[in-house]
Amino acid sequence: MSAATKAIEAGHIWTFPGGIHPPERKDRSNTTPIEVLPLAKQFIVPIKQHSGPVGDLLVAVGDNVKAGQPLTQVGINNALPVHVPTSGTVSAIGPGRIAHPSGLTDTVITIDADGNDEFYSFTPLADYTTLSRAELLDRIRQAGVAGLGGAGFPTAQKLALQRPLDYLIINGVECEPYISADDRLMREHAQTIIDGTEILLHIAGCEKALIAIEANKPEAIAAFEALLPNYPQLALRVVPTKYPSGGEKQLIQLLTGRQVPSRGLPIDVGLVMQNVGTAFAVAQAVLNGKPLIERVVTVTGDNIAKPGNYWVRIGTTVAELLNQCGFNPVADSKQEQRVIMGGPMMGFTLPDLDVPVVKITNCILVPSNQELAPAAEEMNCIRCGACADVCPAQLLPQQMQWLAKAKDYDGLEQQNLFDCIECGACAYVCPSEIPLVHYYRKAKAEIRNIAREKAKAEVARERFEARQERLEREKQERLERHRKAAEARKKAQAEAVAQGGDNPQDAVQAAIARAKARKAAQAAAAAKQNQEGDDE
Amino acid sequence: MTFKIAASPHTHQRRTTQQVMRWVYFALIPGVLAQTYFFGFGVYIQLALALLTAWVAEGLCMRMRGRPIGHAWQDHTAIVTAVLLAVSIPALAPWWIIVMGTAFAIVVVKHVYGGVGQNLFNPAMAGYVLLLVSFPVQMTSWPIPAELAQIQVSITDTINLIFTGFTSAGYNLEQLRMGIDGMTMATPLDSLRNDLNHQLTLTEALNKPIFGDIAGIGWAWVNLAFLAGGLVLIKQKIISWHIPGGLLVGLLVPSAIYWLFNPDQAITPMLHLLSGATMLGAFFIATDPVTAATSNKGRWVFGLLVGFIVFAIRTWGGYPDAVAFAVLLANMCVPIIDRYTQPVAYGHGGRS
Amino acid sequence: MTVVTALIVLGVLALAFGLVLGFAAVRFRVESDPIVDQIDALLPQTQCGQCGYPGCRPYAEAIANGDEINKCPPGGQATINALADLMGVEAKPLDSAHGEEDVKKVAVIREDECIGCTKCIQACPVDAILGAAKQMHTVIAHECTGCDLCVEPCPVDCIDMVPVPVRPDNWQWDLQQIPVKNVESSH
Repeated sequence: MSAATKAIEAGHIWTFPGGIHPPERKDRSNTTPIEVLPLAKQFIVPIKQHSGPVGDLLVAVGDNVKAGQPLTQVGINNALPVHVPTSGTVSAIGPGRIAHPSGLTDTVITIDADGNDEFYSFTPLADYTTLSRAELLDRIRQAGVAGLGGAGFPTAQKLALQRPLDYLIINGVECEPYISADDRLMREHAQTIIDGTEILLHIAGCEKALIAIEANKPEAIAAFEALLPNYPQLALRVVPTKYPSGGEKQLIQLLTGRQVPSRGLPIDVGLVMQNVGTAFAVAQAVLNGKPLIERVVTVTGDNIAKPGNYWVRIGTTVAELLNQCGFNPVADSKQEQRVIMGGPMMGFTLPDLDVPVVKITNCILVPSNQELAPAAEEMNCIRCGACADVCPAQLLPQQMQWLAKAKDYDGLEQQNLFDCIECGACAYVCPSEIPLVHYYRKAKAEIRNIAREKAKAEVARERFEARQERLEREKQERLERHRKAAEARKKAQAEAVAQGGDNPQDAVQAAIARAKARKAAQAAAAAKQNQEGDDE
Repeated sequence: MTFKIAASPHTHQRRTTQQVMRWVYFALIPGVLAQTYFFGFGVYIQLALALLTAWVAEGLCMRMRGRPIGHAWQDHTAIVTAVLLAVSIPALAPWWIIVMGTAFAIVVVKHVYGGVGQNLFNPAMAGYVLLLVSFPVQMTSWPIPAELAQIQVSITDTINLIFTGFTSAGYNLEQLRMGIDGMTMATPLDSLRNDLNHQLTLTEALNKPIFGDIAGIGWAWVNLAFLAGGLVLIKQKIISWHIPGGLLVGLLVPSAIYWLFNPDQAITPMLHLLSGATMLGAFFIATDPVTAATSNKGRWVFGLLVGFIVFAIRTWGGYPDAVAFAVLLANMCVPIIDRYTQPVAYGHGGRS
Repeated sequence: MTVVTALIVLGVLALAFGLVLGFAAVRFRVESDPIVDQIDALLPQTQCGQCGYPGCRPYAEAIANGDEINKCPPGGQATINALADLMGVEAKPLDSAHGEEDVKKVAVIREDECIGCTKCIQACPVDAILGAAKQMHTVIAHECTGCDLCVEPCPVDCIDMVPVPVRPDNWQWDLQQIPVKNVESSH
């Protein structure tokens, strides 16, 4: 065992550069147990709630469906299905606003609830070790489990990579301010999370899991400490409170001292990370056969009368959720209300409340303009370097900001723009209130777009050249055909002549002679007529 | 109901440029008070003149560049430039000195290069160097510390001196700077360099009234006051300790080595640290974010470089003090320092 | 004698350096694309012919032979700048005689109106239209370069050029352009 591995085993916690300590304000929502809200009358389920391809529809308008029934199927493109949140009728399938920063629309399935909340039949599994790895992965995929931490990467796909693994890391850090969904889940369902972790270990073929919790969650830590002595392959790691210690790359650095290579995956350094919520969902999917149709959502902020954590069915609209938690929008007409999906550091604002809660929605934050003041006017950069001091990826945010403004995309790639995790620490500390992350996102989107256009141009060129080639080939073939036909004709003639038949050449000559004779006869006749006329 | 669309993060530390600058000039207060105590009320008049000039120059520049004027006044960077220049020049210098220096700093050094954040050189120090090379006499005529002066200068006399060149009793600045022995009193560094150049030993050179028990009378306290203000800035995380630390180490280590090998002909490390503009430079001037290096490692190198240049010029150069020159020279090196001290980004093979 | 020595020495030196240079030329040879390939790589490959040449490659050859670089509307100013950079000439504004810069578009056939004449199929420079005689035709959207060449030949005018839709995955983070609609207050 190497010294580094020994240190990991001994529970050494490394550190990562930068980071910030924004006000946490988690105590507003984490003091009460997770509540179940009354079911909504209507649910809106987007068919794409994860990263990757979408499944084919399994239902049509008018179908009666039951909770947990799949709405889309895995199909040939290995898509991740979505499921019915509660029993009712499919009332519409079409474009609807989705939970995305752009506020754009995508295909959504609207379900009118019948209020009975009847469940589809699930098949529980007594002993998961009887199933093969592929069967277990399929079970997780069929249940629609995607990473609940934020990226929404299909869990089965992450586990399917068969490469040597040192550790499975279960991420219960939840470093974003305000959010306490994972905190409450860990306090109340530590056993299920541990069951899920064991299943994940089994599937991944990994020996040991590290469960990471931030030091500001003593109750969650206690809940695990009470259970973990029975599970020698699981170890608890308490990481210091600092944003963004819950970022995948930062947590890996904290727990193992390793760095995920640029544009690489954690598995490149022998690690796989899953969120605690995902571990919970995996346990539900594998042991009970229950698909992912609900999750814990923190609803918080000054303008919420009843902040707390709630079990929310996926597809519940934000309007419905806020209605039940008591929403008092900003009264001031000059300053508008913000409704943020996600936390204050990395969440995005919603244009309206028709957006549904999806698999990756961990928080709905409705702040007053006093607690989270709206961004002030952007001032000039004074090169103070505060951004570089807090950057957990060791980038130079101010340098990148200038390059982004100048649209110097090559320069940005040299400054490793794509290693930016968009945590927002730089923009948080910037004294000139420059929306740094926004500039990076725009530049990233633009660079990706250019790359896409370039790839498309390459394909277009290939197709154009292939077509030119084809046209040329067809022309040659046509000419060749004509030549061959002519040759065949000649050959046939020659053969015919040789066999004593008429030479077509003679026939032509004869025809010409005939035509000449006719012309001559006509001319003679005409001359004769004229003569006769003269005679009269 | 419509909601506001905003880019994340939706929360902010709320330490604006204005607040940063305000901390800087509040931290200068102890130093200014100490200067007033030793060198008279002239400091306040210089401050007032500098602020007025900076305010007007900033406004004019923004108008000529077609930018919102209020914007520039709001960020308070011009105030810091003005204050730094005002405390750097002799308290009784004629009024046009500070006006010219401040105007040059704001107009040429800052706005010609593109305004806040774009200037290569520290505006206050570039202004100072312009004045020093153009008007060496006025710029080195520091008043003698109050406790050594024969004639105490009143407020009205101070005003008269700055604006007309004579006190109401008809003394000019040169006469006021005479010591008890009838000799014009130079600053400690000035006097030392002269004496050492005239082959006097250090002990002989230090045997002058301007030197107290630890360093120069008055100057030592002024430096200590700036040090106190600077420590507040570090405590408040307005500046990082790397630049002042580097500068003081860069000055202390070579000067100590030189002094150990050359005890008779070298300025003592203590005198280096507590005379001239050492502390002002270390905590307030070299730390100007716009013109200093970006990363912590770079700041270290930048500080060390400034410190070493100060030592080199004080020891072998043609000027008694060198903070302004050192800062400007180091400013020129910033791009290359930044280039070679850029931290290795996450995932690019660096070790944690 | 000295002259002979000098000549010999110089000759030997010349030979030695010649060998070194010759070796370097072979050993450190840099394969660079012919200029036409480099130009072609910068062009947008829409094959629209708005430049007056039958495709991007012919235009690239024309530029290499000294034609103007500002005849490509689909590439727009960005392409002109890149070409100017490559050719070492001054960038100029797009020649409006060849068209205006426009948003990216894609051809869409109104399928119920299509009579199956195959004229558009023959016009398409990148074979992005699928169909057969007397059968309905359709555009393979992700292969379409938006060149416009299929619109003109269509005898029943059933081809529309529609702007490429903005989707979440190609969205450019224009927060200002999010359509905000008014909904009733939820209480």
